[in-house]
Amino acid sequence: MTLEEKKQSIVEDFSLYEEWLDKYEYLIELGKSLAPFPEEKKTEERLIKGCQSRVWLDSEQKDGKLYFTADSDAIITRGIISLLVSVYSGRTPGEIAGDDFGFVEEIGLKENLSPTRANGLVSMIERIKQIATDSSLRSE
Amino acid sequence: MSLPLIRADFPALGTQVYGKALVYLDNAATAQRPSSVIACQKALAEASNANIHRAVHRLAVEATDAYERARDRVKSFLNAAAREEIVFTSGATQAVNLVAFSYGQVFVNEGDEIVVSVAEHHSNIVPWQMLCERKKARLKVLDIREDGLLHPEDLEKLLSSRTKIVAISHISNVLGLVNPLAELISVCHRKGVPVLIDGAQGIVHAPVDVQALDCDFYVFSGHKIYAATGTGVLYGKRRWLEAMPPYMGGGEMIETVKFSGTTYAPLPMKFEAGTQNFNAVPAWVPALDCALRLREDEAVKKEQASILAFVYAKLTEDKRITLYGKGLEHKVPVFSFAVKGAHHEDLALILDKMGIAVRSGQMCAEPLMDRLGVTGLLRASFAPYNTLEEAEYFVICLDKAIEMLV
Repeated sequence: MTLEEKKQSIVEDFSLYEEWLDKYEYLIELGKSLAPFPEEKKTEERLIKGCQSRVWLDSEQKDGKLYFTADSDAIITRGIISLLVSVYSGRTPGEIAGDDFGFVEEIGLKENLSPTRANGLVSMIERIKQIATDSSLRSE
Repeated sequence: MSLPLIRADFPALGTQVYGKALVYLDNAATAQRPSSVIACQKALAEASNANIHRAVHRLAVEATDAYERARDRVKSFLNAAAREEIVFTSGATQAVNLVAFSYGQVFVNEGDEIVVSVAEHHSNIVPWQMLCERKKARLKVLDIREDGLLHPEDLEKLLSSRTKIVAISHISNVLGLVNPLAELISVCHRKGVPVLIDGAQGIVHAPVDVQALDCDFYVFSGHKIYAATGTGVLYGKRRWLEAMPPYMGGGEMIETVKFSGTTYAPLPMKFEAGTQNFNAVPAWVPALDCALRLREDEAVKKEQASILAFVYAKLTEDKRITLYGKGLEHKVPVFSFAVKGAHHEDLALILDKMGIAVRSGQMCAEPLMDRLGVTGLLRASFAPYNTLEEAEYFVICLDKAIEMLV
């Protein structure tokens, strides 16, 4: 799936749920199924500090593509991470750096999760963008 | 008065969130305002908007009268000895900063000690840390005991000949327990140490008589007790306030200004530099009238007692839940707790979608969170306008939220 197709499919998945609690149920399921993140990788450098939940994000580059792994101590945040990882893992740094991450708003996460302080959503997105920008600069 | 009638006086309580009736349980963060307070601010903005204390024109006189009437109202609410002992600030935080700066400027020197408790809000920690840094003084920390309270015997042991001030809370914003202030204060006074009480939560839940308490300073915010945001009170004994230099320089706080030297205005103006929040301060009058009415209302008293007993029982019975701040004897309806296997942020997000406003996180008390060994908690804090029905709905929803997460 291309980046656009993947984002579109997530927006469609979310549109199936009318009630916010159902969307949360879905995010909780995603959070529970997120691949385990090794404890030793939960270092200060990988920590993205939101106000309440902690998020760790790791990345590696293989064959010109970025792969992300991540974790959080809060399950709904883990669900959001799972979405971000599934969308952006395996993309080129250029693709990610050039993306507007608008789908997060389209599924209503941004306004409904008060991202400014309550959780690290915005910081997570910023970190992913930063990693992509840094990698594309390095590869130029 | 009946609870529905009381609630009708708080317009925000009628709000709907996500199509559900709002259940507002974040009162320890800020309380909703009654119509009388909102109307007071509106009326001032519309009919008496003028800068206070200086001009002689009609509007300025009205605005000044309204502002100074608020000082008298606060004075009587606290039973302070004199109106000069009431200084208006932007909130409890500014009041603590004022004391830390001005008292510290004169009375704290290198090697001196200041005592705060581990259960303080950041606003009653950081200003003292800043003072210690500035004056090379030492901050000592009074611990809570297993019962969550501050004990006079522990405080006594911490005091030394170098202790210059003790700053502790009346009621912790996390634990919701009323500290034994009279005993704590008398321990300090026996050693000649003044005491500042952070009353941000205390003023809401307990009657405060500063003369009976004999505290040296008592600070609180307006917005937690139905008054306007951006207003706060510093009560200080006159002898301390007289001895303290101004906190900020500017208009209003001066007597004469010459380049050869400026003299300052008498109390309380000495501490009220610059244009004051004259549109908001007068709303202390209807706010404190409301606070008193609610405190004395029989229906409210009964409902509050039921809420306290019911929520306390539910949270302590539930094996999945750890409540911090136990002991009904000292408890006010501020409940902070952890749920095994569920993150406080997740719980708060789900409860929000059920229409319930609660607080999650560290609640501006990171040292206390570390002391309790948690990264954060969920807090439900009730006000006199909350109902037992809301408490029951909260308990049901909390159970559902836990079921979703665990």
